[in-house]
Amino acid sequence: MLADKDRIFTNLYGQHDWRLEGARARGSWVGTKEFLDQGRDWITNEVKGSGLRGRGGAGFPTGLKWSFMPKVSDGRPHYLLVNADESEPGTCKDREILRHDPHHLIEGCLIASRAMDAHLAFIYVRGEFIRERQRLEEAVQEAYDAKLIGKDNIHGWDLDIIVHHGAGAYICGEETALMESLEGKKGQPRLKPPFPAGMGVYGNPTTVNNVESIAVVPEILRRGAGWFSSIGRPNNVGTKLFMVSGHVNKPATFEESLGESFKDIIEKHCGGIRGGWDNLLAVIPGGASCPVVRGEDMMDAIMDFDGMREKKSSFGTGGMIIMDKSTDIIRAIWRIAAFFKHESCGQCTPCREGTGWMMRVMERMVEGRAQKREIDMLFSVTKQIEGHTICALGDAAAWPIQGLIRNFRDVIEARIDQYTYSSTSDGAVPSIAAE
Amino acid sequence: MSVRRLADESVQPASFAFTDANQAWAEKRIALYPAGRQQSAVIPLLMRAQDQDGWVSRATIEKVAEMLGMPYIRVLEVATFYTQFQLQPVGSRAHVQVCGTTPCMLRGAGELIEVCKSKIHHEPHHLNGDGTLSWEEVECAGACVNAPMVTIYHDTYEDLTAGRLEEIIDAFHAGRGDTIRPGTQIERLNAAAEGGQTTLLETPTAKRERFVPPAPPEGAAPPDAPASAAPAAKSPEPTTASRPKDVSEESAPALKGTPQEAKVSRAKAEGERKAASAAAKADGEPNKEMRPNATGAESDASKIDGGKAPGKATASAAPAGATATDVPKEEPAKVAAPAEGLSPTAETGGPVPIFQRPEGPADDLKLISGVGPVMEGKLNSVGIIKWSQVAAMTPEEIERLESSLNFRGRVARDNWLAQAEVLARGGIEEYRKVFGKDPR
Repeated sequence: MLADKDRIFTNLYGQHDWRLEGARARGSWVGTKEFLDQGRDWITNEVKGSGLRGRGGAGFPTGLKWSFMPKVSDGRPHYLLVNADESEPGTCKDREILRHDPHHLIEGCLIASRAMDAHLAFIYVRGEFIRERQRLEEAVQEAYDAKLIGKDNIHGWDLDIIVHHGAGAYICGEETALMESLEGKKGQPRLKPPFPAGMGVYGNPTTVNNVESIAVVPEILRRGAGWFSSIGRPNNVGTKLFMVSGHVNKPATFEESLGESFKDIIEKHCGGIRGGWDNLLAVIPGGASCPVVRGEDMMDAIMDFDGMREKKSSFGTGGMIIMDKSTDIIRAIWRIAAFFKHESCGQCTPCREGTGWMMRVMERMVEGRAQKREIDMLFSVTKQIEGHTICALGDAAAWPIQGLIRNFRDVIEARIDQYTYSSTSDGAVPSIAAE
Repeated sequence: MSVRRLADESVQPASFAFTDANQAWAEKRIALYPAGRQQSAVIPLLMRAQDQDGWVSRATIEKVAEMLGMPYIRVLEVATFYTQFQLQPVGSRAHVQVCGTTPCMLRGAGELIEVCKSKIHHEPHHLNGDGTLSWEEVECAGACVNAPMVTIYHDTYEDLTAGRLEEIIDAFHAGRGDTIRPGTQIERLNAAAEGGQTTLLETPTAKRERFVPPAPPEGAAPPDAPASAAPAAKSPEPTTASRPKDVSEESAPALKGTPQEAKVSRAKAEGERKAASAAAKADGEPNKEMRPNATGAESDASKIDGGKAPGKATASAAPAGATATDVPKEEPAKVAAPAEGLSPTAETGGPVPIFQRPEGPADDLKLISGVGPVMEGKLNSVGIIKWSQVAAMTPEEIERLESSLNFRGRVARDNWLAQAEVLARGGIEEYRKVFGKDPR
């Protein structure tokens, strides 16, 4: 378990002053100029060496991503775009960074911009985070006033930061949809290639990073890449904000090292499962798009990217949704299907039609008003949506249902049997074929 | 996606104008973006207009389009695409947005919706009797750890109960919304655990020590930390070794990460991973176990054989050998471990036999509907070669078999026992007679 001195987000709960003065007292903005003076290659190599993987869900190595930016400018400006459009159910970590540790992010923006030769950074905050955005805007203003950023600042690297916001669309968390939205259009993802590093916001080279990925960078440079990579298992290194919601005794957000066991984390930070460990039914380990895992399979799980892959799920953003045995698991997944139906942008047919179709079938399965062969049909439809859309929202909508069928087929079948039994005894056998 | 249309003509105002303060703000906002990119300001402007009027009318859309030099249709697209824009009038004192997504649902959002239905209107997006209140169910508002929650105007109200929401709605109805403290409604510090935070108990300082590489990673593992933390950092083979080799279609992991960047990143990440593990192997460090102190109590191995299998017994007895968890899944031969204490069974890398393999020729298990060549191979590997063995399996054995081969529920679903019993009794003829069809 991580010691307090190794935690990066020292004001996670807002117990200290979030303003510049308070942030400085906790170590922010110390030595920033020295890092910048060592040049872009040094910064990129440090971040690569630290083994930092993107904290937005996909786990792509951050340093590597930065190195995709053109080395020599062709005259077009470079941009950094920070993705603070945190909308995945179960995920609420960026909110804490924005409102309590905003200077971590701003300092990170400056360093990352140096590493990609950018002089303009956008921070795209989701529309619902209104107070968080106001707080961030204030912090940015403070940084301007103290000449930490802006033109002719004390660090010698000009950087303007624009805090932009959305208006309630989950899809804008997808990097190309994010850019469309920032350009003032509907947030519909673009085809790749061209990739953002070649043609991003306004057609200029852009790198999109999650808030947490950017906000940990200054601390990595201050303590050394070796410090970060010494935490956790190889390829899964560093500290991470975890969020635990649902049926634990004390839901909480906290920073912990990667590679801890699920059981230890829940016991230490969340007071255990509601009703004891025997009462654990299922866990969605990394935000709503990750396949659900049965409780008994989670008992020996290691919480990091590879640990969750072993469980045939995904570490995602580290936002765990815990369900105890009082949960109607079919209904819980149906609600996720409803979420994705609501959030589909409508661009690709498999997703636009498929998410609604899956939700409606799930709706019947919640009641049990279905036939067992439809379970396989539903599974095969999820496979036809997955991988057949421009962005990964189609995949994200398919996985929770696949996870449900893989792990809880018996529950679905029992529900169908119960419904058939009840209706047969009333004399009416439901005919799905007729529908 | 959801269908969203502008409000009925009867409620649409004839014109819209920003207040002077908002107009000045809007001009500043437009100037913020690079030259010629003023269209970027469309969402902030519409949002400001909504803050001013409570909702977005046709006149608002036209006004914003004019200010930004955009065609009306482009602004209409934006206003109807983004669900935070209210396209019809909302309550003048409060518009209650209840998060109903799974994390909130699990902690009682359903009750909050009932409160809204009974106190405001039985349907969302409708005004209550005196036009002061309205409500809707929204998708995740990003405060899952503080579920359930509602958003009213700019503030969130978290950790709610039905009773507390009633009080809040009453206060807003009476125009006293400002008396309610936003944020969590219980004794709790923002997102920290109820009853006191578990981390960040020390006072933070600006002092930083540079990490010294070759030293033992004191930063990673304080001496009193549970044993799992420290050795984990050294384990050279972190990844796919323990995944089952044969992945059936049903269990194939559809894992490419989450929406963002998933497709590109997979191959790259895989490449990096391989490089990393190759490097780890190359530095000659012996393959240390991931969790040396694991008891194996919760592992698959103990479920499978109750600690009786030869491989498992030796492995868990060996003080520094691979742990019980590693035995059935990992492939020691592949990682070239010293493998002290590993039994021959485990070294073959296959599943541990659960059943006594009988003498005599093997039956064609594929005749059982639901068993294909792959499954037959798996069954043979655990010692099942006869129909009669399948027919005689006890529920415990089925449970063990299913959890070791990872196909939970399949035996019952495909009715293996009855099929195998018939086949064992009279072969294909009997099967035809009983089931009225050829096997397979």
